[in-house]
Amino acid sequence: MSKPQSSGTVKRAPEEAPEARVGSPGRFATLWRRFSRNRLAVIGLGIVTTMILTAIFAPLLAPYDPYGQNYAVTLQSPNGTYLLGTDSLGGDILSRVIHGSRISLQASLTSVGIAIGLGVPLGLISGYFRGFLDEVLIMRLIDSIQAFPFLILALVIAAILGGGLTFAMIAIGIGFTPAFVRITRGQVLTVRNLEYVQAARSVGVGHLPIMLRHVLPNSLPPLLVQTTLALGYAIIAEATLSFLGLGASPGVPSWGSMLYQAQSYLTSAWWMAFFPGMAIFFAVLGFNLLGDGIREALDPKMQS
Amino acid sequence: MAYLVRRLLLTIPILLIVSVMVFSMINMIPGDPATVILGQEAPEEAREAMREELGLNDPIVVQYASWLGDTVRGDLGDSLVDGAPVLSLILQRIPPTFQLALGAFMISLLISVTVGILSASRRGTWVDYLGTVFALGGVSIPHFWLGMMFIVVFAVGLGWFPASGYVPFFQDPVANLYAMVLPVIATGLRQSGELTRMLRSSLLEELGSDYVRTAFSKGLSRRFVVIRHAVRNALIPFVTASGLQVAGLLGGLVVTETVFQIPGLGRLVVESILSRDYTTVQGSILVIALTVILVNLLVDILYALVDPRTRVQQ
Repeated sequence: MSKPQSSGTVKRAPEEAPEARVGSPGRFATLWRRFSRNRLAVIGLGIVTTMILTAIFAPLLAPYDPYGQNYAVTLQSPNGTYLLGTDSLGGDILSRVIHGSRISLQASLTSVGIAIGLGVPLGLISGYFRGFLDEVLIMRLIDSIQAFPFLILALVIAAILGGGLTFAMIAIGIGFTPAFVRITRGQVLTVRNLEYVQAARSVGVGHLPIMLRHVLPNSLPPLLVQTTLALGYAIIAEATLSFLGLGASPGVPSWGSMLYQAQSYLTSAWWMAFFPGMAIFFAVLGFNLLGDGIREALDPKMQS
Repeated sequence: MAYLVRRLLLTIPILLIVSVMVFSMINMIPGDPATVILGQEAPEEAREAMREELGLNDPIVVQYASWLGDTVRGDLGDSLVDGAPVLSLILQRIPPTFQLALGAFMISLLISVTVGILSASRRGTWVDYLGTVFALGGVSIPHFWLGMMFIVVFAVGLGWFPASGYVPFFQDPVANLYAMVLPVIATGLRQSGELTRMLRSSLLEELGSDYVRTAFSKGLSRRFVVIRHAVRNALIPFVTASGLQVAGLLGGLVVTETVFQIPGLGRLVVESILSRDYTTVQGSILVIALTVILVNLLVDILYALVDPRTRVQQ
């Protein structure tokens, strides 16, 4: 979808460089102008910012202790005292949802960080060197990983590692890696034979500096988009693993484990499931809107 | 033809790597199969004898070779929990999963083709806006939660559909279809979000191209140009995308089947992971992976048939 971007090394006259790049300060202003004109993108940025602020200030915002249990007030529907109701242990849903943003954000940042750390170098190496390493080793391995549905892969990895939130994050990170390998590799393939890369090679620049300074910057725009979208999917993935009992333990105020807990009370206490699910929905929607907005800002042809 | 041969040859290393991955994944799960079978209280000698019988004391390569040999012959071993052959456990679980997957896939195609075409051909209008919001909602919503909300509203609140459970189709077709409505729609809606976005953007790309402008300038009607020219071309990447979604669909069914308590293949994976039934986990993820590989192969072949450029380029 996104066209090959120009590299950071070749100077072009402004009228010849219609596409924005990440990195240079003048470009950033242009990108921001394009981004801020997109109403949905700004809404997405607003949602994500709100989520981050909620996570940071959770202890100040939450009216009750998210771990608190009060058997006198179990399963209360939303009311003046407990705005979003209480769960089966008398915990305040609002406080738990607010604190849940911390776990979701942490899980999503960690797992996407792992996917970038594994996927980008592999994609760079694969696309840059081509040949046996690329065709036979790395890409076939990636194909094979992708033969497993993401969720099943994450489930099995989480089971191998022993369950729990930390391992769930690692499992999700590994599950996301193929997407990052493919995107990086695709971008590398479009530039590796361009003149400026050949020029760098011909004057004796080593492989590593070429990859890092000339090839990688070209891959950043699509990677930025992918990262934003992946942050959203990671929130769903963490919630799913916790819902299946292989992520955060049931007592922890994570959105997924709240849904796990709510499952037994669907007939009597809809609010236990409704609010954590809405939190997940808005968080993911925010990242999706933001990701789309960044994509459109980077690629003006996509703009309506 | 050369393309087909090449594509088939590429499948072989993938199959091999997948088999190694399935084999070694299960060997990495903590815990001792002999203990799972005999229980914690069994004396060490009995457990050692069981390990010997299961071949767990052989070198890992020997274990892999004998496992692969059995697997190719259709012997996926016996469940560590109840001793039943894993293959028959899996075969029992396939009908509900197949029905769910097929239903959800059809729903997602129906919705995404309708919404995608309407959205792209009326770009910038309120129809497009609604379509975009719908698609974004679809990709952002956790579908298992959507399933839970369906239960709250349509099963508990309105009483239109059963909240959970599964009746085999041939036992009671009406009850079967009733029970499938909510899970199929919940999963299908989720899948349609992504496909709608995909179709909309590829259709917009086609609508902006020269041949479409030529078709318009010839005086052809809008409907004719969109349906006969643009949609045809936009469907090529769409076919691939929808085929590739099958992996995601199968994965997603793991949670749908949990929410609606449907005894399908996805549920089998979760149950056997939680009960440390390694052989069943191994067998079921192998079957799922093989299905995904097969579907991807079919999609690629279909793609080559639809788009001759693929055949020439390769």
